[in-house]
Amino acid sequence: MIDVVPPALVLVAGALLTGLTRGMARNAVVLLAPLVTLYFVWQVPDGVAVTMEFLNYTIEPVEGSPLRRLFATIFAFMAFAGTLFAFRQAKWYELAAAHLYAAGAVGVSFSGDLITLFLYWELMAIFSTVVVWCGAGPRARAAGIRYATIHLLGGVILKVGIEGVMVHTGSIEIQAIPLDGFDAWMMLIGVLINVAAYPLSAWLADAYPASSPTGSVFLSAFTTKTAILALILLFPGTGVLIPIGLVMIFYGIIYALLENDIRRILAYSIVNQVGFMVCAVGIGTELAINGAAAHAFAHIIYKALLFMSAGAVIYRTGQNLASDLGGLYRTMPITTICGIIGALSISSFPLTSGFTTKTMISEAAQNEHLTAVYFLLAAASAGVFLHAGIKFPWLVFFQKDSGLRPKDAPWNMTAAMILMSVACIALGVYPEALYALLPYPVEYQAYKAAKVVFYLQLLLFSGLAFFLLLPWMQRTLTVTLDVDWLWRRALPVGWNAGARLNTRVRRWLTVKIGRLSRDTGRRLADALAPWGFLGRSWQIGTSALWVTLMLTTYVVVYYL
Amino acid sequence: MNQRRGHPQSEPSARSGRGDWLTRPGTIRILWIVFAILLGLTVLAQLLFPADGHFVIDGWFAFGAIFGFGVCVLMVFGAKVLGWIIKRPDAYYDD
Repeated sequence: MIDVVPPALVLVAGALLTGLTRGMARNAVVLLAPLVTLYFVWQVPDGVAVTMEFLNYTIEPVEGSPLRRLFATIFAFMAFAGTLFAFRQAKWYELAAAHLYAAGAVGVSFSGDLITLFLYWELMAIFSTVVVWCGAGPRARAAGIRYATIHLLGGVILKVGIEGVMVHTGSIEIQAIPLDGFDAWMMLIGVLINVAAYPLSAWLADAYPASSPTGSVFLSAFTTKTAILALILLFPGTGVLIPIGLVMIFYGIIYALLENDIRRILAYSIVNQVGFMVCAVGIGTELAINGAAAHAFAHIIYKALLFMSAGAVIYRTGQNLASDLGGLYRTMPITTICGIIGALSISSFPLTSGFTTKTMISEAAQNEHLTAVYFLLAAASAGVFLHAGIKFPWLVFFQKDSGLRPKDAPWNMTAAMILMSVACIALGVYPEALYALLPYPVEYQAYKAAKVVFYLQLLLFSGLAFFLLLPWMQRTLTVTLDVDWLWRRALPVGWNAGARLNTRVRRWLTVKIGRLSRDTGRRLADALAPWGFLGRSWQIGTSALWVTLMLTTYVVVYYL
Repeated sequence: MNQRRGHPQSEPSARSGRGDWLTRPGTIRILWIVFAILLGLTVLAQLLFPADGHFVIDGWFAFGAIFGFGVCVLMVFGAKVLGWIIKRPDAYYDD
């Protein structure tokens, strides 16, 4: 049964056409493919729209629902905005890979069964790795290999869980799974790797900043947010997600505060923001799930906007360390303003998309009387303003005069940034448009005077703390050790030490065995020589005695 | 990526004076005064729009201001202490 065109396949076809076309035709293909995909996303009705037979299973490659359509919409929109930002600067194969990566995300959104979900999941892993590899130099190659390794490992873990569920329940349906056995835990761990849950999070801050200035815009959008959708579909209301989300939130803040690379600051803030969504899925009420979905939608836009402004700066200056940047507001005013809008949105400043979505999660925690969670989320909101809201624009565009006087971003990058900035403010001013797309009916009122006052106090006094504590936050030419230290440093060092020990033991054994065999050979030769114990002539009487003894022994043994 | 084309444009140019008004001490003083007034207004606004105080403590006067400032100080100092332990020279992984 095929009622609609699977939207993911439109992006796949577009990616293939990208390689076959040139010049203006290619530009048209890369810009139109996401928009056509968006059209087909909105043609998918609620319920299963496509079924087919695959390996004796009836799979459902396209199943519609408001939640699925919401995620597919933002993925297709993001594919368009990212392409607009990148199409004149990025290599064609980076764009094709990014579209296949986006196709995976759209495919996961509409997957009606675990087999389809897994196939699109792996499509994302493969082509996001290609996007990482499109970055320059050996750093991108090495980071890409580490990225691919962790995601393929995550895929295997997820597959073990899926196989277990298929064998034990006989069902491949995507539905809420109780976390009560090995299969469910494997699936959860597989999904949590893509969510970038600590301690499985280091891949994100390792790989994204190693990609090209355009590639990181695509990378920021898809992997973690499809994993959030998977969590909403498979593990809503799973309590263990609340502490996991809270750890992600504060890990992201602390590491971003220590970081010097501007895209690593943004990468850590992805972990931080996704932590809010994980926490919301753990709370699991209708308001919380609405909050997670709405926040994912808004987050994709403002995070892409932040990566766009960072990408434009890196494209123009070739610098990616905060210690080498500063004062760019002079010659990059549009990039500065767009970067500030993205920074205010991520900080959930009133009148931006962050405020109208993230506060839903806080209110869900409040409604469930989760006191500690509520105050930790409030503290984290202040921390977000500290590490991303002020720190990112301050270090890049103000701070000090770095002497750099780059031109503002090229027109296509500027157009993409303005598009995203308008979206951030539109969702902040008129959130009802987004609320109408959420999975559950929304009775949430974003703007209450007391709440706005609370958030303004929280954020502006965080700003005061930032400027007063600036001397404590000096940029240093350092890297911050993360869990990836285990496989980037401890494992190679341990492996080399093991190899050295192995060589030494083998050398010692070779010497010892050689000496032993030489000694044994010499003794045997001595024994067999004409003068040796066995080789010399014995007297006949002695021989007769030995033969008698042997025969007697034989007779005794025989009768026993 | 065509970053090479971007590099020459990043060299310091004769237009270095453009936009320097923002970094003049006088402007910075004015910005601090405006910021202080804004901070004061957000606190005073709580008199007009009292907080719900769902968890009691969050209904206290200027709670958002004190909480926001306090947790930021804690996080910055926490990060500083952690930084002493886990920061390494930036060529650490290149060795």
